[in-house]
Amino acid sequence: MTVTVGNGLAERAERVSAVAAAHADDVDAKARFPREAVDAMIAERLLSIQIPAALGGEDASLSEIAETCSLIGQSCSAAAMVFAMHHIKLSSLVSHGAGDAWHSAFMRRVADEQLLLASATTEGGIGGNLRNSICAIEIDGDTCRLTKDATVISYGAHADAILITSRAHADAASTDQVMTVFTKDQYTLEQTHVWDTLGMRGTCSDGWLFKGEAPKEQILPKPFAEIAAQSMLATSHLLWSAVWYGIAVNAVSRAQAFVRAAARKSPGVTPPGALRLAEAVNLLQLVKSNTIAGLKEYEAAKADPDRLSSMGFAVAMNNVKIASSETILAIINQAMLICGIVGYKNGTPFSLGRHLRDAHSAQLMISNDRILGNTSNLLLVHKQDTSLIG
Amino acid sequence: MKQTIRDILGKHGGLPVPVDTLADDADLYAAGLSSFASVQVMLGIEDAFDVEFPDNLLNRKSFQSIDAIARAVSGLVGSAEAAE
Repeated sequence: MTVTVGNGLAERAERVSAVAAAHADDVDAKARFPREAVDAMIAERLLSIQIPAALGGEDASLSEIAETCSLIGQSCSAAAMVFAMHHIKLSSLVSHGAGDAWHSAFMRRVADEQLLLASATTEGGIGGNLRNSICAIEIDGDTCRLTKDATVISYGAHADAILITSRAHADAASTDQVMTVFTKDQYTLEQTHVWDTLGMRGTCSDGWLFKGEAPKEQILPKPFAEIAAQSMLATSHLLWSAVWYGIAVNAVSRAQAFVRAAARKSPGVTPPGALRLAEAVNLLQLVKSNTIAGLKEYEAAKADPDRLSSMGFAVAMNNVKIASSETILAIINQAMLICGIVGYKNGTPFSLGRHLRDAHSAQLMISNDRILGNTSNLLLVHKQDTSLIG
Repeated sequence: MKQTIRDILGKHGGLPVPVDTLADDADLYAAGLSSFASVQVMLGIEDAFDVEFPDNLLNRKSFQSIDAIARAVSGLVGSAEAAE
């Protein structure tokens, strides 16, 4: 599949990537928001590329957004993850809010003002299962109110709006959820947890007590179960995989630079790391093929809600996530073995500590064990696709 | 058939409300049917009616309500009888 990146998107992403690269180590060391990179995304108008052109966006496909995630991820995982998470939220608006007056107008605002969207799906007491909520939205005339103990809101303090899940009403079952858009002027955040982590430090995924009040038309008109199945699940796994691929690509580039430098020093002698490099490049191609196949499947299913909510599609997307999150660790570990002590050390052209630490988040953001548990349940009734081409 | 479906829902649906309180066309997901439990219900139905759901019926829509499940099962039982 050829991904054509239109409107100079690749060049714009490259410029953002260059800014992100300059600040990546500082963002990581201080666990601070990648402000410079996000400002560059705003300057390049990358926050609205997914929005339909009729609403001020550029109609970018998920493959184009994934390519942008990978390009930024090659410089700064945190900046790329912020970009990915913003577009995951936007995909819910584009897929489920386009026919609705308030949400269409809001998308136009996102494009005009380059607003950054954050997500609040995690809640204290539900154990990481985003398809359950304890808190309920309260509807009072034309107004809705929500208080949520959101144990994680990535870049919550830096977002212009938050898309937040809750039960649909006070008597709703825990799985009967809705998602509501609250803009910055409509909520307060009181910090409850500090994001001080091994890696992905710049996503600033602190915990917050969220309290919001807004017109009730800001509740997305579809049940969150459908939003999750038809846009969030697929776009999360695919865009995250694109970010992770970007991290692995940069690790392999560093390892290759190391091997080449060694080869130039002693022509005629194959450097000891050369074989490992070949292995790492082989694994990298697997992650790439896997992500592309997932993107292709998503683009083919996109117009068909039944296909998007089918078990076969869920199994395929789960598998993309599992494979890419596990394989990038093996790749970066290989790169570290190739570069040796200069890879282990910070501040060298071959440093890989940040890559390795950031990559360790991949298996945990939606735990692979949870995802495998979900797949294993589906496989009790879903029959495997035995074709090669599909 | 709908009574059997109700019995299976009661046993495997993990619903927070009694199945008797739900109308045949009530939205089971809104009533609290989780995706995990929906698979358990599918297994129960496959066993009770001796059918196997093809992939095109393995989606949210087929298990949206008791009516929807009955429609899916009727289609399968019908085609099994026709094949015999």
